[in-house]
Amino acid sequence: MSQRPFWASAGLYLASAVVVILSVYPLLYAFSTSLKSGTDLFNTSLWATGGDLRNYWALFEGVQPFGKSLGNSFVVSVLTVGFALLMGLTAAYALGRIRFKGKGLLLVTLLGVSMFPQVAVLSGMFELIQWLGLYNKALGLVVPYTLFTLPFTVWILTTFMRELPGELEEAAIMDGCGPLRIIFQVFMPLLWPALVSTGLLAFIGAWNEFLFALTFVVNDTERTVPVAISLIAGATAFEIPWGTIMAGSVVVTLPLLLLVFFFQKRIVSGLTAGAVKG
Amino acid sequence: MHNRTRTAWLFLTPMIVLMLVVAVWPLARSIWFGFTDTNINDIAAGQWVGLENYIGEYGLFFNPNDDEGFWAGDWGVSIRNTFFFAVVSVVLETCTGLGVALLLNQEFKGRAFVRTAVLVPWAIPTIVSAKMWGWMLNDQFGVINDLLLGAGLISQKIAWTAEPAYALWSVVLVDVWKTTPFMALLILAALQTVPRDCYEAARVDGVHPLRVFWRITLPLIRQPLMVAVVFRLLDALRVFDLIYVLTSNNSSTISMSGFVRREMVEYGNMGFGSAASTSLFLIILLTALLFLRAARVKFSEDAR
Repeated sequence: MSQRPFWASAGLYLASAVVVILSVYPLLYAFSTSLKSGTDLFNTSLWATGGDLRNYWALFEGVQPFGKSLGNSFVVSVLTVGFALLMGLTAAYALGRIRFKGKGLLLVTLLGVSMFPQVAVLSGMFELIQWLGLYNKALGLVVPYTLFTLPFTVWILTTFMRELPGELEEAAIMDGCGPLRIIFQVFMPLLWPALVSTGLLAFIGAWNEFLFALTFVVNDTERTVPVAISLIAGATAFEIPWGTIMAGSVVVTLPLLLLVFFFQKRIVSGLTAGAVKG
Repeated sequence: MHNRTRTAWLFLTPMIVLMLVVAVWPLARSIWFGFTDTNINDIAAGQWVGLENYIGEYGLFFNPNDDEGFWAGDWGVSIRNTFFFAVVSVVLETCTGLGVALLLNQEFKGRAFVRTAVLVPWAIPTIVSAKMWGWMLNDQFGVINDLLLGAGLISQKIAWTAEPAYALWSVVLVDVWKTTPFMALLILAALQTVPRDCYEAARVDGVHPLRVFWRITLPLIRQPLMVAVVFRLLDALRVFDLIYVLTSNNSSTISMSGFVRREMVEYGNMGFGSAASTSLFLIILLTALLFLRAARVKFSEDAR
């Protein structure tokens, strides 16, 4: 590392400080608000003097079943991820390891589907969901979520699959392994990091989804958390319970933050595999 | 080898069937609904009306009732809002993302900490960031008005998310805050592929750092940078949740996706809404194709 002049180091640390504060401050402020209640809410200092958990209790005891929404979000996201990974793994093997005609076109189509505006299928999806008898059911959201998780799961897994050593597969074929055994017994142990990356990104996507969740679910008990948070209302129409909303925001964000901090490397490699190599 | 090809298609079948069911079929039905007068409460009763939803008396385009012109109607406004939002926020977040990436590409103590902190806005769900910023930008009790008043930059409190002059800019601000990490990470990954000797050589020759950036760094990362911009542009053009939650779904800041959902779900005009969603689809597709062409982005997958 070459020696940097003093002013350059100072600038670097100053810039870092600004970036860190801008990134973290809004969340800290939300957390501090969630600990305030009454007139303390209107005090804009970052330090919550009272520090009581009343807003958090209100969240779970309120009119809205927030605990149920958390459960719904969790189940829907996990199912979406499991489904996408299972379907994605075999498809990615075909796309990443086998040469055949039409592969390029298929990959470009998948990329197109993962980037196209979901609202374009809203009415058709509405009809499909009703026809499947899944309207107003949290579990039904797995269907529209597959629309955006599956293509990008396949896409990212394909880029990882392509990088596995060819000798490994040849040796397995020599030993008489079929393609299914190659995927699940030879490649799977090597693909764990890729599966974690892809799974996390799909989980985050499903956990945060709003448009379909808002449109296809009407009952409070079947809602997912993003919609539940957007609908938290006060005792009267004019009084917005900011403390409770911020408490809900913190509760919803914490699991994601933990995932991101623990799996930082995996998430970054998933994101860049999808874009930079693509 | 013939056998391998058959395996490939066999393995692809479940995925392809699934995509036909959840993507192709709903898209086809949505396009079809656009030519009908279907109401959301009784889908089966919809009648074929041809191009009425597009160019009829109450249609999306050439509507004779828009006496102030196309761009003043809600649909026109939603198109303008969407493009304004997409272009401004993508340009801004490319700049901020580039800045943060260049910072993180330096070696200094505490870099790992900064990189983790930068990820925070990305990890926060869009709805939560909309609510968080909605609270900070609150006209009465928001911390931003408080800070700006205290610094003497504004003379009275401003309703950032409600006043039409500021509302869309507030949306842009929150979006830039939330997506800068994504841009920064992708650009950083690209920066790290630039060989060190390029910089070394330039340094030995005494080339000014800014010149190094323009002449060496930028051309070398152009391709991945453009891919990141395309991702963000397409994402920004379908914006719905941020605007819906931050500005309470009012008609001055409505986006194209918001317009579609309002017509379809709140007003129940599924046919008209579907015509709007089909137009939206075509507009975004066209924009994407034009952009890809102009930026000469190649997805290397084509070649393989």
